[in-house]
Amino acid sequence: MSTSSLSTVWKRDHFIKNPWIRWTIIIAGTAYIIFALNDIHFDMQRMREGWPRAVDFFHRMVPPDFSRWPMIQKGVLESLQMAVIATTVSIILAIPLSLGAARNISIKWVYLLSRAFVVIARSFPPIIVAIIFVKAFGFGPFPGILTLAFTALGFMGKLLGEAIENIDPGQVEAVRATGANWFKVQLYGVAPQVMPRYVGLSIYLLDINLRASTIIGIVGAGGIGGALFNAFHRYEYDTAFAILLVIIVIVLGMEFISSKVRGRLQ
Amino acid sequence: MFSVKNLVKKYPTGQMALKGCSVDIDKAQIVSIFGPSGAGKSTFIRCINRLVEPTSGEVYLDDVEITSLKGRELHKARRQMGMIFQEYNLIERLTVMENVLSGRLGYVSFLQAMFRRFPKESIDEAFYLLERVGLAGYHNQRADALSGGQRQRVGIIRALIQHPKILLVDEPTSGLDPKTAMIIMQLIKDLAKEKDIPAIVNIHDVALGQRYADRIIGLTEGKIVFDGPPAEVSEETLTMIYGEEDWSKTIRKVEDEEE
Amino acid sequence: MTALKTTVWKRFSKKQSLERYSIEFVIVLVFVWATKSVDIYWPFITDAPHQAADLLNRMTPPDFAFIGTIIPSLIETINIATLSTIFALILSFPIAILNARNTTPHPIFLVVARVIVVTSRSVNELVWGLIFVVFFGPGAIAGIAALTMRSLGFMSKLVSESIEEIDPGQVEAIRATGANGIKVFLYGVLPQVMPTIMGTTIFRWDINIRQSSVIGLVGAGGIGILLTSAMNMFRWRNVSMILISIFVVVLAGEYVSAAVRKKLT
Repeated sequence: MSTSSLSTVWKRDHFIKNPWIRWTIIIAGTAYIIFALNDIHFDMQRMREGWPRAVDFFHRMVPPDFSRWPMIQKGVLESLQMAVIATTVSIILAIPLSLGAARNISIKWVYLLSRAFVVIARSFPPIIVAIIFVKAFGFGPFPGILTLAFTALGFMGKLLGEAIENIDPGQVEAVRATGANWFKVQLYGVAPQVMPRYVGLSIYLLDINLRASTIIGIVGAGGIGGALFNAFHRYEYDTAFAILLVIIVIVLGMEFISSKVRGRLQ
Repeated sequence: MFSVKNLVKKYPTGQMALKGCSVDIDKAQIVSIFGPSGAGKSTFIRCINRLVEPTSGEVYLDDVEITSLKGRELHKARRQMGMIFQEYNLIERLTVMENVLSGRLGYVSFLQAMFRRFPKESIDEAFYLLERVGLAGYHNQRADALSGGQRQRVGIIRALIQHPKILLVDEPTSGLDPKTAMIIMQLIKDLAKEKDIPAIVNIHDVALGQRYADRIIGLTEGKIVFDGPPAEVSEETLTMIYGEEDWSKTIRKVEDEEE
Repeated sequence: MTALKTTVWKRFSKKQSLERYSIEFVIVLVFVWATKSVDIYWPFITDAPHQAADLLNRMTPPDFAFIGTIIPSLIETINIATLSTIFALILSFPIAILNARNTTPHPIFLVVARVIVVTSRSVNELVWGLIFVVFFGPGAIAGIAALTMRSLGFMSKLVSESIEEIDPGQVEAIRATGANGIKVFLYGVLPQVMPTIMGTTIFRWDINIRQSSVIGLVGAGGIGILLTSAMNMFRWRNVSMILISIFVVVLAGEYVSAAVRKKLT
């Protein structure tokens, strides 16, 4: 075949078409990664030294040591209690909060206040919140419950608030037209529309809270995490492994239950 | 140049898709395979390039026995067989040119494939073929932006750029409107003639298949029940292949040959 | 208008309301059990608002001059998040391939990949941090290792689910050209899952920004180390400044990831 008359240069169109922007991004990206690797002092020496320590760690980790079962049991129970209390409290408080955080229901200053709370509660990782509460109220499950409830409220305020913002305004209008007062409007116009979402989120919340309740003990906020942290610090890696296995089973179990229940609700 | 001997395919479910099929093709011709859905047409064509593993039987392409090949040898054999698909099977998120050049994947190295550094000859040929099928200027379009007919043209070029010794074509027109279907069939026929290679075309549209084929094979329940020139296809033959039906309207008569 | 017979209307049938009441009863029961048995002396709690106000008082005003110490630490936090996301992205490729039913070379690999994914996902980043501090000593390397391990399962899972949903026809077409396994992946699989890979990576980076500010609490680098030491030294005005900076970085990360994701789609 003769192809001489055809243009024969082909290059794939670049993902970013403008060459200036493309090369700026490539150069800046590469420079950043080099800088970042330098900044954290990434040296092979330490990586190599880590290997024998890792081997030693695994040797001391297996088999898991369940001999401190009473302690583990106590921690697990406390985690459960914390999760249950925090979830119950937060799903109740979530109702006024999410009404406040819904633009279509709320009045302006309540809306701004609720939103501000939601943004703050969502931005801080639970562990950071926990450590502050531990400093304020001392060790134990109480700051733990507060932590879980605080982050849970951020979560519920956002998602339930958005659910309320997305309701069908026609239904609310119809209830209002009957002469119902504000409370009755919420009860008949809003609540039925967001109820399935509310129940689903509540179960999901229990899942999240249980997960977090096994960890925040690391900073002293109650639950099984404290036992895990102590085991690590006493170099009792076999006990730590046992605790870790228990945590994994709880987390997976709760995830399974929560997804099953939520699946049935839909 | 190409022959299939006693091909058998039994699926793990126990279903016998092919019960010993033998076909010889000794010149560049269009071979249409007729048969009701589920007769094993698709299995037959996929057993040839072993997208489906045949249970037993032999496939020869220029004296190379294909069913016994492994790994690299199998890949080499596959690149000598161009395949065109029912649903076009283009890589939707890649450009037309990348789709066409993917036909050369059996020839280039991993790094060339990864960085799209295909040899200049392949790119030249891709441009030529794109113009040949009427898609000049489309090379940087994404495949998912094309119409069905355009996609199938890209599918055809992807097969041709492999420099195949045979074309395997699986229901090339089933998603297309009647006019586009004819254009596509004509294109396959012309290009196969141009490259002087045979093509095996599974087709459910009897009239279309008859019109473009040099030879018809009838496949029913995994067995070849007819093998002959289109002119020999009668109502009885079709009844044998598809079962009882009024074929007088479907069958092509000699008088509508020129329209 | 008078009805001949009074009809009683109730929202739920007898069986339904019985079901609902029993569920509600169980919830109340569990809540009561939890509050009764949890290790908290409730009357003591009345003092909580006072304690909170006290701490808040010590924290204000934040020490803005401390920002000079905070910034290098914040940069390290972001670096940990970014590098661990990149490492997790690279490592998640093979695991995602093994973890997808349609691309795994053998069911054995599927089981291995599942175990890695589940372990990675169900062990918290702080625990990963504790483990890697044992290996590499305190510092950013342990943090990167921890977040890489934690992100790996998440990313592999999402990508492998996306691989399981690809159109098999496109893969078949590439196999038919005579391409070998890796080229089939490159042309038949990768383009189809590319949007998921990019979306997941950015999403994970956003999460890692939050988590990299935490792992310092177990010594694994980042701003958390500064937070712990400020607390141990009771420098509460520094603590509040650190909290503000974490807040800003997390919000900025969320904003950037949302903007990039919007650009990509």
